[in-house]
Amino acid sequence: MIETDILIIGGGPAGMTAALKAADNSAQVIIIEKYHQLGGQLIKQTHRFFGSKKEQAGIRGIEIAKQLTNRIKEHENINVYTEATAQGYYEDGVLTVSHNNKFIKIKPKKIIVATGASEKMLGFENNDLPGVYGAGAVQTLMNLYGILPGERVIMVGAGNIGLIVSYQLLQAGVKVAAVIEASGKIGGYLVHASKIRRAGVPIYTNHSIKKAIGEKSVQAAEVVKLDDNWNEIQGSEKIIKADTICLAVGLRPLTDLLIQAGCEMAYIPELGGDVPIRDDNLKTTNNNIFVAGDSGGIEEATAAMLEGEIAGLKAVSEVGHIDSNIFTELKRLKDELKKLRSGPEGKVIRQGIKKARGDSNAGKNRYTHLR
Amino acid sequence: MLERTGIPTSDDINSILPDEERLKKGPVAVIECFREIPCDPCYFSCPFEAINEFDDINDKPDLDFDKCTGCQNCIANCPGLAIFVVDYNNSMVTIPYEFLPLPKKGDIVAGLNRKGEKVCDAKVVKIKDPEKNDKTAVITLKVPTEYLMEVRNIKVGDQDGR
Repeated sequence: MIETDILIIGGGPAGMTAALKAADNSAQVIIIEKYHQLGGQLIKQTHRFFGSKKEQAGIRGIEIAKQLTNRIKEHENINVYTEATAQGYYEDGVLTVSHNNKFIKIKPKKIIVATGASEKMLGFENNDLPGVYGAGAVQTLMNLYGILPGERVIMVGAGNIGLIVSYQLLQAGVKVAAVIEASGKIGGYLVHASKIRRAGVPIYTNHSIKKAIGEKSVQAAEVVKLDDNWNEIQGSEKIIKADTICLAVGLRPLTDLLIQAGCEMAYIPELGGDVPIRDDNLKTTNNNIFVAGDSGGIEEATAAMLEGEIAGLKAVSEVGHIDSNIFTELKRLKDELKKLRSGPEGKVIRQGIKKARGDSNAGKNRYTHLR
Repeated sequence: MLERTGIPTSDDINSILPDEERLKKGPVAVIECFREIPCDPCYFSCPFEAINEFDDINDKPDLDFDKCTGCQNCIANCPGLAIFVVDYNNSMVTIPYEFLPLPKKGDIVAGLNRKGEKVCDAKVVKIKDPEKNDKTAVITLKVPTEYLMEVRNIKVGDQDGR
């Protein structure tokens, strides 16, 4: 049995900042990460980050990943297990993990779940044809391994991921035939949209994909115009040639472990699906389990990093490493996060978080039968 | 329409431009950031404090045209690549550029508008690509005066895909 103060599940932006905050305040920390390196989604983010200059804005995600990874590697209070997958949480607070083909047991005083999210799939005819990718896979292939997914791409979804991955495809020399978006508005930041538009990529709002066309792999897509109620407009079908269809239609929090541990969950569409009820310190209804980053609700990496810091600090304060600065710093972090979410782009997140604090009963008892 | 197409309208553009008198005084930044997003690096990048301090990080940048010298420092600091510098008297526009290969000084490239359409030839007069810009090149182009407020991108050579 391995004992530690704080166990962090997931070495992405939230998990890394949580680990550093806890370890800087003299807690013993273990991070388990299922991939072979730390960084999570940051290792594919070649664009500059938005947010506050004080919180790394203007720096590329890949640089942030490097900086955080290096600090973690050099930190004597942090132990990292890569290629390690959490298997289950037990009532006595033990977490089982598979690592190097071995089953290990870790007994922490506090757990921070920072498992991130998975991509949503879209239903359409032939969506299993080779050439249909998730945006995450395209980014991994292209930005991590230097492999182009195809020569001509249709991007489905004009949220920030769809827009950013389109830009990265252009940078890699891939033609982006179109970005299509079912909603009447571009969901991502308009500066990202303008960047690909001035590179000649058309963005078709009120459009959806009807089917992928091709024998052995994608050769084209049939798209159709939608009215404002998302109904197809008959006769508006058109064929767009492409060898790749990239889906960027949203993310869903990865919460299996939280559900299994019996944390009270709620279905909150604003946060991407089922998320744990938690307080403003990101503590779930289990006194020893915190959540941070996308596993608590889909947002972006700057918010995830702040959440990681908050959860890390609060967890430290509860395992006996208390000094008065912790609470001043905790307040500062919460204020930063509040500012980040205070604008029009943060409106949906604010609504979702209000529900996740237990202020509303929406979907709250969905998992009661599992406990 | 910007939120449907990604193309700012002329109303959007006119709302952020300085007047003609200021344009004729010398180079000035044109900040094409039309929606409130939580982002403030432009404020910290300006050595002349021409971008007013943000009360709220979600505010749109507020540029004091009289303090702006057109120094171009903000261009590579904007995560949205939304800042350009227009030098009316010399008929030059400076843009951020993150594609390879970079053009060379003296090259004639295609000047693209906000829709990505070629509107004119543009002559590359200066390329800044220092390490501190972390791969965002800052390129100054000579274009016909009537396209100063149109050209916002370039196409180098005959590469497809852009």
